Amino acid sequence: MTRHIIRRLIQSIPTIVGVTILSYLLLAASPGDPVRQMTFGDPNMTPQQREALSARYGLDEPWHVQYLVWVSGNDWMWWKYDENGEFSEAVTRYGIIRGDFGTSIPKRSPVSELIAQRLPATIELGMAVFMVSLLVGIPVGIGSAVWHGKFFDSSSRILAVMGQAIPNFWLGLLFILIIGVSLDVDWARGGRCDLRANRRTPCGQIPITQRLEYLILPTLVLSFGPIAGYSRFMRTSMLDTINSDYIRTARSKGLPGRTVWIKHAARNALIPIATFLGPAVVGILSGAVVTEQVFSWPGLGQLFIAAIGQRDYPIIMASVVISAVLTVIAYIISDILYALFDPRIRF
Amino acid sequence: MATATNDNVAILNVGDDEFRRLNHIQRAVMRLRKDYITLIALTVIGLLVLMAVTAPITTQIVGIDPFSENLQKTYAAPDGENWLGTDDKGRDHLARLIYGAQISLSVAFTAAFLALSIGLTLGIITGYYGGIVDDIMIWFITTLNSIPGLFLLLMVAALFRPGPLTFILILGLLGWTGTMRLVRGETLALREREYIIAARAMGASDARIMFQHIMPNLISIVIVSLAIQIGGLILTESALSYLGFGINPPIATWGNMLSESQAYWRKSQLLVIGPGLLIAVTVLCLYVIGDGLRDAFDPTATD
Repeated sequence: MTRHIIRRLIQSIPTIVGVTILSYLLLAASPGDPVRQMTFGDPNMTPQQREALSARYGLDEPWHVQYLVWVSGNDWMWWKYDENGEFSEAVTRYGIIRGDFGTSIPKRSPVSELIAQRLPATIELGMAVFMVSLLVGIPVGIGSAVWHGKFFDSSSRILAVMGQAIPNFWLGLLFILIIGVSLDVDWARGGRCDLRANRRTPCGQIPITQRLEYLILPTLVLSFGPIAGYSRFMRTSMLDTINSDYIRTARSKGLPGRTVWIKHAARNALIPIATFLGPAVVGILSGAVVTEQVFSWPGLGQLFIAAIGQRDYPIIMASVVISAVLTVIAYIISDILYALFDPRIRF
Repeated sequence: MATATNDNVAILNVGDDEFRRLNHIQRAVMRLRKDYITLIALTVIGLLVLMAVTAPITTQIVGIDPFSENLQKTYAAPDGENWLGTDDKGRDHLARLIYGAQISLSVAFTAAFLALSIGLTLGIITGYYGGIVDDIMIWFITTLNSIPGLFLLLMVAALFRPGPLTFILILGLLGWTGTMRLVRGETLALREREYIIAARAMGASDARIMFQHIMPNLISIVIVSLAIQIGGLILTESALSYLGFGINPPIATWGNMLSESQAYWRKSQLLVIGPGLLIAVTVLCLYVIGDGLRDAFDPTATD
């Protein structure tokens, strides 16, 4: 087991390296750069100043050098040392392998700090969505298997297809406009607890009920799709389990229906759900980008979209790497869970 | 002598194969005829496509132009002239919805076809050859898939500021991995079948086996995934356009119409409801069609 986990972790290294190279190539190939974006339309900016700024952030180097600097830092670049052997650049970077995500170019603060500010909001939303979709999706799936072919099954099926077809940004928009604007409900207009926070009562001191209010709508919107997915998956899994021999045995022993369904069938049917963890994390991260924008939820997705507009390479790279690492880890964990739940699976 | 036999067998084989395929599709059509929900969905999509294709002609006949502004008649309620009212610049809402359908549908359809052809070709090749080709492709796909889809799309779309054509290319070039996995898996199973071994024993080339013997058997799963992919692409396109990274105004798409109209909610709710409802209905129909086709092609498959 441990060997398998270590092997999976080692296998994921080329994937992460590939992700970083691919993203850097995309950034390098695209027109425009952060300095031009930042100084665009600034009449006091001379071309020399612009070049100096570019040099300061290392943007004058070819893309593979920039990539190397991003990975390993720039303090090894001996040709930039002056005669005293000191580093002539004002900005020394240590590279991602030494835990330095770099400095945001337009915001001029460390990327790790900016990300640390935003990550809690995304994790909060993600966890809420994950819990709600499991807590609703699985019972609904069990229900549609128990009453399969009946009214509950067909109506949950229709809802599931709708959940996947309705664009969730539109759903969010409708909620905001109907509940927030037309009905004039304060917490339904988007934002997080930060809106109510000020210097005297920071976010952490606002009562949890008020913080949860803001979470209701984004969670609802973002869980619609996953609930649909889980319930359909759970239903199929339940119907597969129901036909196995041990269920027939349990029935013929005279166990009541409810015990058979919940204690015998549902437990085993839950196992394949573990494989859903990886895709779920991807889905939540992807969905969060749009939903965060709709609900002005101050998370990673919003930071990412703003960074793209400003061509803020360090933040773009950091967001991509973090989401890729989260995705890879989620896939590995879902494999491990699968093995833990089902002892027949060996690595 | 040997070549003659070979040719004969090959010809027979093609004929046999085609006969079987026709039968397969005919059987599917028979099953579809009884599936009223799928038929309704097909009709709705058909009508939408027809509406989008004939948009230039119909708007000319009615004499309404989606781009002509009328600042004296903004946010109008539906009336005899503007059936669904007008928007913030006095443009006819219905005409803009129809022109939006044109862009949204054509982007999704073209991109899906592009993604499908790439996925199908690469899937057959990697599934058939296996080995190092397969390993490299799987590594590449895993890499591409570990960036959450929308992150990658947003990055490419925002950095390159594409026009409609480049946008289609981007959607297509980044959207083939799912189809490829599907096709690869199916090819892996098919290449071990006896009829493939027989074809190889008769000296059929790799290309012939892949495209004459394996591909026809993939048609049904490919058609099903096409329907679902078009639906998914409509959602993606609308989300990107809504965020302002897709197709930009004045070209109307359902997505960018929504981002314009959300500010005018108090003045006209129809402007927000219209485009979103059309997206939802279109995608819903495409998913229903996908489901229905799967059942029609393979009645034994469950959910």
